[in-house]
Amino acid sequence: MDTFVQLVLNGLMLGGLFAIISVGLTLIFGIIRLVNFAHGELLMVGMYLTWIGTTQLGVHPYVLAPAVVLVLFVVGLLIQRFILQPLLEARDAHVQIFATVGLSTALINLALLVFGADLYATPSSGVRDSIAIGPYRILVGQLVMFVCGIAVVAALHLFMERSYLGRAIRATAQHRAAAQLMGVDVKRIYMVTFGIGAACVGLAAVLVAPIYPASPTVGTYFVLTAFVVVVLGGMGSLHGAFIGALIIGLVDSLSGFYIAPDLKEVVIFGLFIGILLLRPTGLFGLGRGSE
Amino acid sequence: MLTLHDVQAGYGRTTILHGINVEVRAGEVVTVVGANGAGKTTTLRTIVGLVRPTAGRITFEGEEIGRLSPHEVVARGITLIPEGRQLFPFMSVRDNLRMGAYTPHARARMAQTLDEVLDLFPRVREKLEQHAGSLSGGEQQMVAIARGMMARPKLLMFDEPSLGLAPIIVSQVFDVVEQIVRTGVTVLLVEQNVFRTLSIADRGYVLENGAIAMSDSGAALLRDDHVRRAYLGI
Repeated sequence: MDTFVQLVLNGLMLGGLFAIISVGLTLIFGIIRLVNFAHGELLMVGMYLTWIGTTQLGVHPYVLAPAVVLVLFVVGLLIQRFILQPLLEARDAHVQIFATVGLSTALINLALLVFGADLYATPSSGVRDSIAIGPYRILVGQLVMFVCGIAVVAALHLFMERSYLGRAIRATAQHRAAAQLMGVDVKRIYMVTFGIGAACVGLAAVLVAPIYPASPTVGTYFVLTAFVVVVLGGMGSLHGAFIGALIIGLVDSLSGFYIAPDLKEVVIFGLFIGILLLRPTGLFGLGRGSE
Repeated sequence: MLTLHDVQAGYGRTTILHGINVEVRAGEVVTVVGANGAGKTTTLRTIVGLVRPTAGRITFEGEEIGRLSPHEVVARGITLIPEGRQLFPFMSVRDNLRMGAYTPHARARMAQTLDEVLDLFPRVREKLEQHAGSLSGGEQQMVAIARGMMARPKLLMFDEPSLGLAPIIVSQVFDVVEQIVRTGVTVLLVEQNVFRTLSIADRGYVLENGAIAMSDSGAALLRDDHVRRAYLGI
């Protein structure tokens, strides 16, 4: 029983991290209608940035969070403005998806060129210390991920529901032409949306870096899982992504122990295929809500 | 206030408008009537920037607006209440109205505008917290009109406000349009309900196959033989 509770705790903490990554992915899909295959590489970029900042400035990785989030927000903005937007004007939307695949490959190779294939471990002072909760133990870094996950989802929810910009983002997703008639600059909305999605990944990168070493392909593992989360939660649904992230975190943790560590991805992707077969709209599917 | 000068526009290679001239003066109620497919909706979409004119000039208060994006046109004080209502279905009616006041100019006076608009639409006030998508067609049309007014436009354009509504609701919609006209907003109205429309319009244009066939005062067009035969079935 103790083991089970410990595994559940681990799973929920991991779910917090998946939530941050997935929320950005699902936001970009829900609003821009774009599957961003370069999402993992944005995580990778953020992790290298964290490594550079930590080793060069000698500060704790967490201190870099505002800076990395801001840089990734701007990077996201620029990707939308200079890569995806011209494609939207030129051709049909599928070209944009291929562009994100191309961007992903380009970023991986850029990282290989600059950093080589070595692993870059960000110094992790205190992040790996554990806190005792009764008989259970949680790493500081895990707890921070979980708290940040909840905070990010809550903040995004409030932003979307309460602010003018958030409302305009939702309006654009629900009826693009009508939003334009209200005076919404749809191109700007898309830029901001991609920026926010990238900024979420920036935060995730800062939290992951002290626990997991950076490498050119580090994004793949996390973001493949995030795709499962997004599909499970329902593509485009923020709270779906949160619930889905917790579920996948639990599945990851429990199946890794009770089945086999090597097979946990088999279980996760088995679940992925099962969702697609049985309930392709996911738990909180967006099937509705679009034009 | 608004002038269309030899405006051509269309979709892809298909030209819909073959050089039309339309003028709307401040304080007027102007209507464009015509059959299905004559280009009425395209005219409004071109003015608001959703369709780019391929030739000709559109000026609003002396400024060329033919190359502007919709949000830039809206910011200059032109609002289109689109055909088919086009509400945000998964937002509350209140949030739909808030979206109507998105431009900085409208946002600054939103609370006051909301009160004024809701006085005009008491039924909408009762539905403020409901999802717009859950309303009936007539209620949705009222919300769409209210949302357009939230922008405090200088020029308010209606595209087929009575389309797809039951006759009694159509009558209510026209009552509302007349009330709005009385508030002094400049109105450009496109409708298939030619009789009722010409009755409230100062001037009207008859659009046939993408060209202006005739233009006159609303009353004169109502008396015109061609209009009576072609559009009023008299």
